[in-house]
Order: sequence, then structure tokens, then C-alpha cells
Amino acid sequence: MERPLTQHIRKDGKALSLKEYAQLGGYQSLRKMVKMSPQEVQTLVKDSNLKGRGGAGFSTGLKWSFVPMNAPKPKYLIANADEMEPGTFKDRILLESTPHQLIEGMIIAAYAIQANESFVFLRWAYKTAAAAITQAIDEAHEAGYLGENILGSGFDLHMHLHTGVGRYMCGEETALLNSLEGKRATPRAKPPFPQVSGLFGRPTIVNNVETFCCLPHIVNNGADWFKKLSLTQDAGTKLYGVSGKVKKPGAWELPMGVTLRELIEEHAGGMQEGLKFRGALPGGASTDFLVEEHLDVKMDFAGVVAAGSRLGTGTVVVLDDKTCPVGFVKNLEHFFAQESCGFCTPCREGLPWIEKILGSIDSGDGRPEDIKLLEDHAKYLGPGNTFCALAPGAMEPLQSALKYFREDFERHINDKGCAYEMKIAPKTRSH
Amino acid sequence: MLTTEEIEEIEKAIRIVPYKKAACVEALKVVQAHRSYVSDESLKDVANFMDMSAEELDSVATFYNLIFRKPVGRHIILLCDSISCWVMGYDKIKEQLTQKLNIEYGETTGDGRFTLLPNPCLGTCDCAPALMIDKDLYRNLKVEELDEILKKYE
Repeated sequence: MERPLTQHIRKDGKALSLKEYAQLGGYQSLRKMVKMSPQEVQTLVKDSNLKGRGGAGFSTGLKWSFVPMNAPKPKYLIANADEMEPGTFKDRILLESTPHQLIEGMIIAAYAIQANESFVFLRWAYKTAAAAITQAIDEAHEAGYLGENILGSGFDLHMHLHTGVGRYMCGEETALLNSLEGKRATPRAKPPFPQVSGLFGRPTIVNNVETFCCLPHIVNNGADWFKKLSLTQDAGTKLYGVSGKVKKPGAWELPMGVTLRELIEEHAGGMQEGLKFRGALPGGASTDFLVEEHLDVKMDFAGVVAAGSRLGTGTVVVLDDKTCPVGFVKNLEHFFAQESCGFCTPCREGLPWIEKILGSIDSGDGRPEDIKLLEDHAKYLGPGNTFCALAPGAMEPLQSALKYFREDFERHINDKGCAYEMKIAPKTRSH
Repeated sequence: MLTTEEIEEIEKAIRIVPYKKAACVEALKVVQAHRSYVSDESLKDVANFMDMSAEELDSVATFYNLIFRKPVGRHIILLCDSISCWVMGYDKIKEQLTQKLNIEYGETTGDGRFTLLPNPCLGTCDCAPALMIDKDLYRNLKVEELDEILKKYE
């Protein structure tokens, strides 16, 4: 099985230097790239069927094609490395271990849209990654992969690292742009889309870290090779992860489209002793629960949608039978209420209300009509009623919890409290 | 008054962006790195330097949870309170930590050693529960290890 993105990661996880990366074939794709026109690179990536790995799953090549190629300079390229979706830890691995793979991918994307300025927007907490990227950018500059006239192609690219100062909203594409402009990270109205008017009003592409990391391999090996990596129609490999009370939590690069069962039972070693699988968020905090009947769902974009959820970031959070689903959802909604930027009313007012209702139910003060109230909120904060996707995302685990774990909500209300005992199971893994 | 060193660092950030104001988050980060937090006085100084009103800059500063507008301790503890850590025993860690330090979230110990803050997902969910102290990440936390960890910070 091929694992192009993670094959060269060292056992200790420490960053590969440029020299080490180059010895393993790193930066070779650029020599191929400079012989292609930007349009040819775009077509190649479109043909590869690469879809964005940040959660939305939009075709990367198609996204690039909306950039007006004849626009005057500057155009911008941005790596979204603000990985803040609770339960998600995949980009951290790529950032810390193979920063040059990200840079190589960014150079390809920048060339394809003819952007000469680029930023890596990195979250504050990723200190190891920040050091690795800073060093990698310097090394790439020295080697002539960044800067002026890259490999004699006449193409220039400058790259800067920007570390954030918190807030989940920064991961939203247009809020990220506002943050980079020194503003509050509130989302922007679309249209205009960032491809036309993004950072400082210039054409801008924002892609996820894992998406960029796929690009050198697509250029080196071709679109068909990339498609064949997958088990399904969605191309490539995917960095999947599992956290929660499984035997071996972790992250693995696997063919796109492995089943949820394979992830949990084989790669994560199954549930911890004495615990049963109850459900899982397939791709971070803002995805609908999947339950036992969905274990054989193929974890690609279409497969998870057909099961009523989203692939999201592909990092699974597992709910076991001794953990309270009400408490679980309360934790999620606390996060979303706290991270709402406060710009639009349903999100700003609705999420804290939901958090309070869930708090009441959890502590035994819930009323029978609260379930209906939560369901109403899930509708009113759903798609189309808010300015951005934060609140609709927050409603996904809530509405699916009310569907699959309804008896738990009812029991909390009837019994006036939580019957689960949060036992801390022994850990089986140390780092 | 901003120091020469602070001004140099802020100017370096300004050079990357097309206009001054766009570097205001960087400017706040610079001042915080030197002074541990952004006081009202520093905020006014930065605003002045960036050709912004203090109110406008404060609207940015207070949006971001990792820009500190109040004095903090010598070390910042960020305890991950998101879902994977919660499933893996966050409550116990929090209970022990608040007891040992005798402070709640948002507070600083009497000796000025630690400030305790909750933080959304630290992105290390396969090694939950986790916390950060300053630049150091601690994963697979056990309650018994807390004393040993805290001892490293004076």
C-alpha cells in the first residue's frame, strides 16, 4: 500500500531537513512543474480529482480555476494550518515532520495560479511546527526553491509564516483573511469569493495543509496514479485518525474510502476492554454522529454524506457506552458557543442558549419540553439561517445525538440527572 | 513607550504587508512577547505607532483569546477542554489542577507563578488528555504526574 504523504516521516517524528528531504526525492516535482504551463498544472490537478482535505471536500483544481489569470500582481496563496477542529490532529503530523512537503506543494499551487506572495497561517499552539516551518522556509530560500526566478523559470514566490493568536473562526477561509489583515476574525460575505477578491482585495487561494502535501506526488506520478490510490471515486490517500477510548488511538495514511469499521477495529485496535462502541463523529466536532449501523460506511466524501454525515477532516472521535452522550454534546456545544465570533444573531444568541439547556439536562434540571427546544434550535441555526458555517456545523452533532441517543436525553430529564459514571479507563499508550 | 527592540520587530512585520494597520495583530504579539501582557498603556502606544485609535486596536486585541489584556503569571497553563480530552479524563485533571494551584480558570496564583486558562483542542487528540505550559506540550496526562510537571516552572 502506498503512503506518499507519510512514507518519509521519521520514527521520532522530527522534521526532515531540506537535504534529507531532497535525498528522498523531495522538490523533484518542481523540475517537472517548470516545464509545464500554469494552465497545464491546473488541468493536471483537476484531472487528479483531488478534493480539499480541510473539511469541505471541494475540487482543488476547480477552486484554482476561478482565479483570474490575467489579474495584475499581487495574487496570494495561503496554507490553512489553523487546525482547530476539536478531535483533529492530522495536519500537525505533516507540519512537524515534513514541512518541506508542504512548501513544495505550495510552490506548485502558487505557480498554477501565478501567485507571488504566500502565507502559512499556523495556529498558536503548534510550537514545534512553527520552528520546523521557519527553518524549512529559510532552507528553501537558500536552495533557490523560494525567492526570485525559481529554477530559472522566471517565477517568483515569497513565503511568510503567520502564527495566530487563537479563535476557531480563523480556520474559516474568509475569517482567516480578515485575521491576516489585522482585523477581528469574522467571516466575509460571499460573493465575492476569495479567488477573485481575497487577501487585501486581491485574488487569493486558501488550501488545507494535507491538500498541498498531495500536490508534489500528483505532479511526479500523474493524475491516474493518484486516482488509483483510492478505493472509491474520491481520489488519493487520506490521513485518518481515531481518538477516544480505543486501544490504540492514532493517525494513519490509508487509501481514501476505507470503512469506519476498519479504522476503529483494525488500526485503532478496537474499543478498550469492557467498553462498547456507541457512536462516532467521523470528521471532527462539526459532523453528525454515525452509529453501529454505519460501521461499514466507506470513509470518503460521498460515502459519509450518504450515511447522513460528512467526512470533514477524517479524524474520528469515538463515543463509548460508558461515556454520557449528553455530556459529550454539551462539551461540543460549549466549544461552539465560546468560539462564535458574535457577528450574526442566531449563532451568537442561539449557541449559548443550547449550551445552557444541555447544562440543565445534564445536571438534572431539564424539562420534557427541552428536547423540542433543542430540535427547534437545530433547525433555526441550520444551513441558510446564519452568516457562516459555524452554527450549522455545531448543529450536526446535536441533531444526530437527539436522533440516535434520544433515550439518554429523556432519561436525564426523567431521572433528574446523569446515570453515567465517568470512569477513567487505564491508558495503554505512552509517548 | 515602545522600546527600540519592539519597534524593530513591529517594523519587520509591517514590511510584509501592504499597509501598516494590517500588521496590528503582529504588533500586539510583539508587545506581549516582551511584557507578558498588553496593558492599557501598551495598547495606546501600539495604536499610536500603527496609526489606529486605541478603541479600534482594542476591538482586535480583545477578539483573540491569546492576546492577554490583563496581567498574567510567569507561566501560562492552557488546559485542553475539548472533546477527546473530555472523553479521556479532562474533568479529573482540571479538578486536581485547580485544587493544587488553588485558582479557577482565568486566575493567577498569589505568587504570580501560574495563570490557568482553558483552551480549545490542542490538536493532539490521540494522546489525550493534554495541556500546554508556555511552549511545552504535555500529553497522555495522568493526575499523578501533575506535581512533577508543575515543579519544572518557577
